[in-house]
Amino acid sequence: MILSRRWLEAMLGRPLDPADLEQRLSMLGVPVEAIVPIHQDLGDVVIGAVLEVKKHPNADRLSLCLVNAGNASGGSAVEVVCGAPNVEAGKKYPYAPVGAVLPGGLKLERKKIRGVESNGMLCSARELGLGTDHAGILELDTDAAPGTRFLDVMPIADHQLVIEVTANRPDMLCHKGVARELAASLGATLKLPPLPASRGGGPAPSGGHAGFGGRRRPAAAPAGGAARAAEGGVPAGPSGAPGWSGVVDGVEVRLEDPEGAPRYMIAVIRGVKVGISPQWLADRLASIGQRPINNVVDATNYILFELNQPLHAFDRAKLRGPAVVVRRARTGEKIVTLDGVERTLTPEMTAICDAERPTIVAGVMGSAESEVTDATTDLVLECAYFQPTRIRRTRRALELSSESSYRFERGIDLLGMPDALRRAIDLILAVAGGEVREPALDLWPKPVEPTTIFLRPERIGGLLGVPIERGEIEQRLSSIGFVVAPKEQRLAVQVPGWRPDVTREVDLTEEVARLKGYDAFPDELRPYCAGTVPDAPLERAKGRVRVRLAEAGLYEARTFPLGPADGPDAPVVQNPMSADEAHLRMRLLPGLVRRVEHNWAARNRDVRLFEVGTVFRKRTGDVGRGTGVGVEEWTSVAGVITGARQPRHWSDGAKSPDMDIWDLKHHFDLAVSVAAPGSVVQPAADGAVGWVAVQGGKEVVGHAGPLEADAPPWAGALFGWEVRLEVADPRPVAYQALPGTPLVERDLALVLPPGVTAAAVEAAVRRAAGPLLESLVLFDEYRGPGVPSGHRSVAWRCTFRDPSRTLREAEVDAAVGAALEVLEGELGVRRRAS
Amino acid sequence: MSDLLAAIHALRERLGEIPQADERRLQDLKTELLGRKAGALTKILGALPKLADADRRAVGGAANALKREMEEAIAARERALAQASRAPSGMDLTLPGRATWRGGLHLVTQVVDEICEIFRELGFTRAVGPEAETEWYNFGALNFPKDHPAIDAQDSFYLEPGVLLRTHTSPVQVRTMERYRPPIRIVSPGQCYRRDPFDPSHSPVFEQVEGLVVDEGVTFVDLKATLSTFARRFFGPETRTRFSPSFFPFTEPSADMQVSCSVCRGAGCSTCKHTGWIEILGSGMVHPAVFENCKIDPERYTGFAFGMGPHRIAMVRHGIPDIRLFFESDMRFLAQFP
Repeated sequence: MILSRRWLEAMLGRPLDPADLEQRLSMLGVPVEAIVPIHQDLGDVVIGAVLEVKKHPNADRLSLCLVNAGNASGGSAVEVVCGAPNVEAGKKYPYAPVGAVLPGGLKLERKKIRGVESNGMLCSARELGLGTDHAGILELDTDAAPGTRFLDVMPIADHQLVIEVTANRPDMLCHKGVARELAASLGATLKLPPLPASRGGGPAPSGGHAGFGGRRRPAAAPAGGAARAAEGGVPAGPSGAPGWSGVVDGVEVRLEDPEGAPRYMIAVIRGVKVGISPQWLADRLASIGQRPINNVVDATNYILFELNQPLHAFDRAKLRGPAVVVRRARTGEKIVTLDGVERTLTPEMTAICDAERPTIVAGVMGSAESEVTDATTDLVLECAYFQPTRIRRTRRALELSSESSYRFERGIDLLGMPDALRRAIDLILAVAGGEVREPALDLWPKPVEPTTIFLRPERIGGLLGVPIERGEIEQRLSSIGFVVAPKEQRLAVQVPGWRPDVTREVDLTEEVARLKGYDAFPDELRPYCAGTVPDAPLERAKGRVRVRLAEAGLYEARTFPLGPADGPDAPVVQNPMSADEAHLRMRLLPGLVRRVEHNWAARNRDVRLFEVGTVFRKRTGDVGRGTGVGVEEWTSVAGVITGARQPRHWSDGAKSPDMDIWDLKHHFDLAVSVAAPGSVVQPAADGAVGWVAVQGGKEVVGHAGPLEADAPPWAGALFGWEVRLEVADPRPVAYQALPGTPLVERDLALVLPPGVTAAAVEAAVRRAAGPLLESLVLFDEYRGPGVPSGHRSVAWRCTFRDPSRTLREAEVDAAVGAALEVLEGELGVRRRAS
Repeated sequence: MSDLLAAIHALRERLGEIPQADERRLQDLKTELLGRKAGALTKILGALPKLADADRRAVGGAANALKREMEEAIAARERALAQASRAPSGMDLTLPGRATWRGGLHLVTQVVDEICEIFRELGFTRAVGPEAETEWYNFGALNFPKDHPAIDAQDSFYLEPGVLLRTHTSPVQVRTMERYRPPIRIVSPGQCYRRDPFDPSHSPVFEQVEGLVVDEGVTFVDLKATLSTFARRFFGPETRTRFSPSFFPFTEPSADMQVSCSVCRGAGCSTCKHTGWIEILGSGMVHPAVFENCKIDPERYTGFAFGMGPHRIAMVRHGIPDIRLFFESDMRFLAQFP
């Protein structure tokens, strides 16, 4: 929403400082996103009076003007070369003296034009950024003395305040609403600026327009609930259709969809003269970035931005009937909206129709056919309240938004419509002439009274933490239009129509706090009770894993959970932003591989990443479980490694080695031990190079192996692993006494026949050697001369110890002997002959 | 035999050379004295088997004693040389040391942890909930009216009718209130999803940390105090806070909290868009309708809730210009925040 500082000033009757406005509005809950100065760049331009016009001696099209610009021309008249055909002696024009900077940054210098020195420039509207007119210089009708600042004479210097309006505050979508808040903040009085008395210079329509703008009061509906509707319309049309109807100045109005349009007002204005708007109106709209169109449309737009009441003006001559019918659209009914697009309507939408066809998508956009044009003389003016949900659904279904739909969707002031219509009529009469022959019609089948809320003053203090006097509550609420009356121990607060967001006591509490100012409340910590909610085990598990993997030399990545389908069970996003991101991930690894490729593209060769993230799968089986959602989710942990095993060091000599599958296995072991401590790592069953983590002897909860990727030739091999995070807290580790007795070491070099694994050997050794065997560390594998073909030599260092006494050599020898016996007997493994 | 003892005696003299030896000399001495083949002492020990028992004991004892002493002296000298405070000539101490790979947590994780740690000190525990949520938990229970423009700001990814990817971690508030009785003090970090464009300041996937306090007698003053305390701990003790009215369907009154810009200390800079203030979080007193939806009596209990975006906070604090950097996982970016 764009506000004009000058417009607000006109309502508050005082000058406003933009910085102060920004501060006040933010503290009232209306953040100012930007303050944009308008036309401040004309500060150097002054009023210049042309005293004399001569022909330029060297150019037919140029003239030589003697210009008096007071002090700006050094107190005397100066010569200015001018190319405009409309320059005349005795008239005043905007004059930019030498040294002045014009919009766009042009700095005027004294220079010769066709041999004659020109001291500055007389300016056109376009040169001043005031329009497109460049046919001649801008003639000024002013009494101001030459040399007066142009901006002081022409009231166009302004500031735009771009405000952010929250969804609950439709009243902030107009100048009056914002001015109301400011009036409360400043202690000022809010008053709508008077409208000009006449349009000045326009032809008088037949009915005469002697004095408008407040003096003549075209009667809108009188006050008072149901009486308004009864006076303006009669229930049920002649056809017996449900709804309300009436006739105003020969136009039949039928409200057949009171659900979509709870209140509907129509006025008819005859004999208008459509043309360009007076300068003040055009300027006002331009000041908030609205392009002036014609006086009628500009008048309705003015009311929109002043009072937040969208209006629609039809050309009466184009209405068949002439009738205005408010009804649900029929299935398949079509309308070409103002933007030139043909729209197909549905019965979920309200349409404003004439006797035959839709002319407006209610509250959203009209059609070109019923639009007001220069030829229009009689207007039908609609002032309506459309049901917010209806407008929202229509807007979404048609993918068509407008200033009107934006406001209807948030809820306009249902009770303020007659005032808004009255002012709109006044304005149209003022700027386009015409007359109103009959009072406006007000169809309001179910009139509503203003909401009343009962407020307990002590409750306000109880929630805000600081007691607030009853009197202060009354004063604060009254300052922005609430009507407060005591009601026993409570206050009865009547909510104004422009505040549909206020529905219960707590909403009034916020109003009081907001107007008092949040800064007025202290912020000292007070005692509190500890909560009953324990830390989520999942958070703890994720934290443990992250720290361990980072310590292992991996960096944490965060990848996008949305991507292409990773399998038939990948949950589908119904409304994705792109086809590439239409599914939820089922694994983290594909995303991490993309991140490795991204690193390769940046010439990072050594990449070690991990991620702890949520993965998803379509729920199979009993869909009703858990959240009742057909999507299952859990936390997964994954890592990728590629490139050098260690940072290269100069002492390593030649190229240092790259990560290989044994680095992968180490990382996988580590990840499984911390992420899925109950699981066992074992070789993948399918013969591929890789491992799986198995839980409870059967369920595979993780896997590791080499990965395919789009790798540049210089990249190292890529490996990755992924494991499902076990959420349970690990059991506390029991202390094992540190041994005080000496250990005995034995190296065991064994020859393993084909098919015998190291794991099998270790299991056999542990079993046979008994409890004295403390540890078993594999330190060598060898194939080649000295070992039979197909066999290999594998060496372990065995450590023996008895925690309670010193071992004798013979005991160790016996244990080793027992192990060798079992190895030979069960696995055909023998000690390697040295 | 006396020859051997004399030789041992002579060799003992050499012990004194060891503590003075430099690295090279020490190697030579080792070889000369204890070398596996031609070491002087090795030779004496090698001659032992040929001696008579008594001689063997005498010579062997002396030789082994000397061997031990020499080994100890050499080892001591080696240690001394390894940690020599004086570099041998020609050694370039500007050469880089030997490193191992380092890793680290994602900056967003670090910020989330830091936020949660501060709140832990204020008595908050961590709570979590699912990312695929029902409309009820994401909107309805939080007092978002159906078909209300407030929902527009949280344009959602739908997975099936009534099921969406949560647009904030606020559903965790509802789930927690359903499961636990007051007093409640939680923070809930987690990933959220909105149909925002992926541009320098938006991402369809983002992290949020929300908080909730429910108890008897909790007031707006407690909200301001708790969040201001957080701001001072996170951004520094000189940080000032400013609260302004805002709108969230699930809180009333609602408040945005701004902190004085830590970059320019309030003077105005590009980080704070020359206002001196940076908006950090949204907050408010829990709306009674939310309590009613969670079967908590709003007449008895009050509470406050707040939410903030760790991505944005990290961008502000570390001067990161583009949110997309967080997702690119470039090693050079990640390594900047170990």
